[in-house]
Amino acid sequence: MTEHLPALQVVIALTAAPIVMLLNRMPRLAWGVTLVTCWATFAVAIMLLLQVADGSAVHYDMGGWAPPWGIEYRIDGANAWVLLIIGLVSAVVMPFARRSVEQEIPADRIGLFYSAFLLANAGLLGITVTADAFNIFVFFEISALASYALIAMGRDRRAILASYQYLVMGTIGTTFLLIGIGFLYIMTGTLNLGDLAARLPEVTDTRTIRAAFAFIAVGVSLKLALFPLHLWLPNAYGFAPSMVTVFLSATATKVAIYVLLRFVYTVFGFEFSFVELSMTWVLMPLALLGIVVPSLIAVFQDDVKRLLAYSSVAQVGYMILGISLASALGLMASVLHLFNHAITKAALFMAVGCLVYRLGGVSLARIAGAAERMPWTMAAFVVAGLSLIGVPLTAGFVTKWYLLQAALMGGLWPVAALLLATSLIAAIYIWRVIEAAYFRAPPDDAREVREAPLALLIPTWVLTAMTIVFGVWAQFPISAARNAAEALLGVPQSW
Amino acid sequence: MVSDATLIYLALATPLVGIFVLLATSRWAALRDAVVVTTAAVMFSIVLQLLPRVRDGQRPSATLLELFPGLEIAFVVEPLGMVFALLASGLWIITAVYAIGYMRGAKELNHTRFHVFFCIALFSATGIAFSANMFSLFVFYEALTLSTYPLVAHKGTETAKKGARTYLGLLLGTSVGLLLPAIIATWWLTGTLDFTPGGIMAGRVDPFVGSILLVLFMYGIGKAALMPFHRWLPAAMVAPTPVSALLHAVAVVKAGVFTVLKVSVYLFGLDYLRELVTSEFILYIAVFTLLSASLVAMQQDNLKARLAYSTVSQLSYIVAAAMLVSEFAALGGGMHIVMHAFGKITLFFCAGAIYVATKKTEISDMNGLGRRMPVTFFAFFIGALCVIGVPPMGGVWSKWHLFMGAYDSGYGLVVLALIVSTLLNIAYLIPPVVRAFLLPPPQGEQAGGVREAPLLCVLPLSLTGLGCLVLFVMAQPLAELLRPYLAVTGG
Repeated sequence: MTEHLPALQVVIALTAAPIVMLLNRMPRLAWGVTLVTCWATFAVAIMLLLQVADGSAVHYDMGGWAPPWGIEYRIDGANAWVLLIIGLVSAVVMPFARRSVEQEIPADRIGLFYSAFLLANAGLLGITVTADAFNIFVFFEISALASYALIAMGRDRRAILASYQYLVMGTIGTTFLLIGIGFLYIMTGTLNLGDLAARLPEVTDTRTIRAAFAFIAVGVSLKLALFPLHLWLPNAYGFAPSMVTVFLSATATKVAIYVLLRFVYTVFGFEFSFVELSMTWVLMPLALLGIVVPSLIAVFQDDVKRLLAYSSVAQVGYMILGISLASALGLMASVLHLFNHAITKAALFMAVGCLVYRLGGVSLARIAGAAERMPWTMAAFVVAGLSLIGVPLTAGFVTKWYLLQAALMGGLWPVAALLLATSLIAAIYIWRVIEAAYFRAPPDDAREVREAPLALLIPTWVLTAMTIVFGVWAQFPISAARNAAEALLGVPQSW
Repeated sequence: MVSDATLIYLALATPLVGIFVLLATSRWAALRDAVVVTTAAVMFSIVLQLLPRVRDGQRPSATLLELFPGLEIAFVVEPLGMVFALLASGLWIITAVYAIGYMRGAKELNHTRFHVFFCIALFSATGIAFSANMFSLFVFYEALTLSTYPLVAHKGTETAKKGARTYLGLLLGTSVGLLLPAIIATWWLTGTLDFTPGGIMAGRVDPFVGSILLVLFMYGIGKAALMPFHRWLPAAMVAPTPVSALLHAVAVVKAGVFTVLKVSVYLFGLDYLRELVTSEFILYIAVFTLLSASLVAMQQDNLKARLAYSTVSQLSYIVAAAMLVSEFAALGGGMHIVMHAFGKITLFFCAGAIYVATKKTEISDMNGLGRRMPVTFFAFFIGALCVIGVPPMGGVWSKWHLFMGAYDSGYGLVVLALIVSTLLNIAYLIPPVVRAFLLPPPQGEQAGGVREAPLLCVLPLSLTGLGCLVLFVMAQPLAELLRPYLAVTGG
């Protein structure tokens, strides 16, 4: 059984998806099956992480076909970590989903909705788990197509336009990725990532390979919403149903970042990416702009969901910044931020989901004075908001701390200063929400509002508590992130 | 014998436990107010248990948790922290009594919320006092800022909110924008943030970088109110007077100068500090602040605003003491934390009592008020003398040490500035007393005999006034307690 875990990681969700679709008439049952599926997936992810915790890797040949002819699944510290993030978020978001989805999605489409959710989930897991370049593309498309459907189911009619925008941009991204992979295949005759890494050095010095690198980097950057290719994201997150926003914001961009890391470090190698092609000088300016500009835009948003979406673009900037520092510590900080930002942003979007559930919308005017009637929801928002800012004793602080160390180690004082300055900008936009909810009088036409139901509050607080727990006892994420960074670099590090 | 760690945790836990009892009893006002005073008394008595141990040369310590290797929330009680913790928790008892009288007399609302945040503020101040490293101190420093924000905004009016925003903006801005980078750079350069006798920077940090760090630290510690980052303190005066008295004359501002002393002595080390070009720069900034704040104070007609600018000025005495790098000055700085606290809290208590009894806030309206409130104005007089530094008040000793320190280090100009500033102190603190006692009350106001503020207001201010006198004779034990902290200054 345990040797099939890599396959099960994807297969469980992939098989459950059509079953759930057939249960469309029975929304509760559809939800139940999806819930069990997500928990099972999470359990598999935990077991896989434990298997590779010692720095080893797990290989699995799909259908018994040996690589490079067959598709290989390969799990090491890096993708086991990402699998855990996806598993955790989906496992926590599902209990939250029942009430939230019942309110936001028409009853006759709930089964279809969960089916699409499972496909998106399976797609993301597949991208992460596979060691086959073409397979990555296929799973990218599976998750993307499912996501388009999920976003389009938002209550606001603009959701359809947002979904269409995402579709256009996402398709360009995956097409670029496919072109890049095609070039690699032309030059090496293989699609297996490990095999590619072994064969590429012979042909590195060709224009084709450089073009392949460029296509892949741009394509993936579109998917991970690197500034200025982020334009699809605020609308997509802003108009999607609450539960979809929680899930996608915590996982979709993270998986794309993982793919970038996999190609940059494992396939092309550090030497080619950073020394020969000077990735640092491409990524760092974009990362810095990506941190500053969206943060500033976030300050001027009047809708909390869009505000947090712009903040997500800025947070992607932090992760890319860590990568662009081209050091083990920077890489580790980035990988650590994948997790810390996932739990932080998911907690924030869940709190927003609670507000939407009771208030129907989350413009600053609408949530005015909400704290009095929804104290637990807003308290969760404040705590998770502190983590987003990077206040000590929260998860966000731990990443900022390592990111700063990495920047200083690279001798980049101005970058370190900028990091602190942008934390202040984050404090401003989080403060705007707090001020509206705590210090403004509720609008005159406010309905009688109660605290969100426990079914929403408990999952929200589970993640909120995690932002504190992993800010105070940070050993677990730190050691996992170190393990992941070592897996990508391929050599043990002295931390 | 209770273990050191237990005592430290008990001291920190008491105000937090107090919050729960407070909330549970919030329906019965009298009981709730009794809980507040009890909490303060319990906390003080626990902190007092630590005193004999520190005096015997022990350094009680405890490690709460380790975030990740090398970065801990840990506590060590050393003499300076001991003094600060005793001061804050001791004066809290008196302030708690005063607050009951004031909040009722001035008809303020939301008493429970007020006391809850007061408890958190005291918890944070004690955490600052006991912090074993700069990281722990920073965490509690920020907690103190955040917990006092609702107290400043307590009245909920537009002015209160505006003042509170300035307060939060400046304190958070300086701490995150300047102090945190300085801490991170220190950690990165030295690999530790522990408060170590003799400092951690000597030999590890290039004096040029050290000079920059010093400026970042001194301006980053916004609570020490060096100009031009002093505006938050006058802005905080919109708070109810007990807050101004305990927090913005003692706990918060003293946390600022306490941090300045800690950073100077235990992170930089005075020997290293001497090598830095910017220590002199900060010294002159402090001198400039103490003079110009005094001048501004003279212009203020609002009594609390005048006291606030006076505090800005007095805080710079302590920053200057740290930058003078001499044994006398450093001792004077430590003592001035206590002396000024007693003097200034008395002055604020009086300002509050005047407001409760007459609703008057402007000095020009206080003509002849001394005949109506003799106890209050006499206490004001004593407090003023203590802040000015006139015998027989405690304040004379700290000023004495400061003068000696400045003279010792050869800064004639600083001595001159201190003299001028003392004269200015007289010029802005004595006139209210003179007006109250010697000028006739305005037309239409009846003299009408003695009508003081409620007893719960008058009693505390009499006690702290008495404290100013007692400190005159008690200065020796205080100096003895602080001396070990000097032993490491190498002065």
